[in-house]
Amino acid sequence: MIAAGHIALPVCEAGTVMIAGGAADVGDSGKAERFKTLALPHLDDTYTLARYLLRSASDADDAVQECYLRAFRHFNTFRGGPIKPWLFAILRNVCHASYAGGARLVFTADDIDAGAAQAIPIWREDVDTPEQTMLRRHDSDTMRRLIGELPAEFREVIVLREINDLSYRDIAIVIEVPIGTVMSRLARARGMLRDAWIAAEGGSGS
Amino acid sequence: MNCDEAGILLHALIDGELDAGHARELEAHFAGCVGCAAQLREFQELRKSMKPESLRYTAPAGLRARIEGKLPAPRAGASRRSVIKGFVGGAALSAIAASGVLVVVMRKDDDRRVLGEVVSAHLRSLQAQHLIDVESTDQHTVKPWFNGRLDVAPPVADLTAQGFTLLGGRLDYVDAKPVAAIVYRRRVHIINLFCAPAPGAANRAAAMESLQGFNVRRWRDNGLNLWAVSDINPDELMEFGDKFEAALKQ
Repeated sequence: MIAAGHIALPVCEAGTVMIAGGAADVGDSGKAERFKTLALPHLDDTYTLARYLLRSASDADDAVQECYLRAFRHFNTFRGGPIKPWLFAILRNVCHASYAGGARLVFTADDIDAGAAQAIPIWREDVDTPEQTMLRRHDSDTMRRLIGELPAEFREVIVLREINDLSYRDIAIVIEVPIGTVMSRLARARGMLRDAWIAAEGGSGS
Repeated sequence: MNCDEAGILLHALIDGELDAGHARELEAHFAGCVGCAAQLREFQELRKSMKPESLRYTAPAGLRARIEGKLPAPRAGASRRSVIKGFVGGAALSAIAASGVLVVVMRKDDDRRVLGEVVSAHLRSLQAQHLIDVESTDQHTVKPWFNGRLDVAPPVADLTAQGFTLLGGRLDYVDAKPVAAIVYRRRVHIINLFCAPAPGAANRAAAMESLQGFNVRRWRDNGLNLWAVSDINPDELMEFGDKFEAALKQ
């Protein structure tokens, strides 16, 4: 389904190696420096993901801090390559562990894609509205809100793909599902977002 | 391909994640299915409406400070000054440097991915009984055939005298974009020369790479990315490329 070469090929790590090079025998402070150099540039991205997953600024703040400290503790398990998917996977675990009980973030079992169709609120039934309506612009707040209203498992693939620009392979790593599931979930997520978008167009009175 | 499959695969197409074979099938489906073609346009519109930069959040300043405060402090000593310069005085600088590295990493990753696609396209051309769309040993037949099929006129050179027989040309897909494939033969070996527009990009000298047992000579010239793919040995493939480039300069 996906070009095999894309999945199977090793990720070129030249740049990462360049950054991490020569730091093999460093102590804690050297490790901290290397960690900061690699991980801190992704702070905004990680925070963005946390904001969308948790839908709360203060929870996102806490979760990202916990994510970075946990990532640092386990930095020796980082095997090189792009660090962003690795960080995101940790963040997702943090969010899952700390906040799942609060019903803000509900990850259900593996049958989510099969059962999701019935469980999802339908914003609008008639999805065959002409695409011209899409041309009108919502402000970014509306789009943020619509993304935020998606069910968690669809919200996260949208944020990972559209906002954080992860490849399917990296999304599969972060959310620990096969690439085929990433594809079908993304297709559903975009469908829901499109419907919500069209519904918001209709409701805006323009 | 049915509409259900197309409804999922079109997202992979939008995201540039679809291999050339499926991309071609999908294009064929869109040509005959108004509904799916409309869906594609809708999702492309939706995508355009989502400006990632306006949907991002910025981490509060205090968050970075708190994280840094909880990590071990830099070692005291001779390197301290440069460390402080690097991480405190030049936080922005290090961010820029790091993002520069990321760009390099992503670009290399992208190059590698495209290389994989080029080799896949070569393999497909050998297996799928679809080596040639326009069959001709005459460069003046092959070159004009691409008119109207591509927004670029691919270079076609007659290298028969140099031992590389022109077989014809074909439209192919690499990286979800149409490209020209010019087909040559060396003894019993097929050489696919893929040619894709790279407007405004600087020329790049030839480099030889190898993937899945195939050799690829890649270079960029005159706003075109070129990949010569074959199972002939690297020296011969390099020679092919050299002769091709020389023929164009005549």
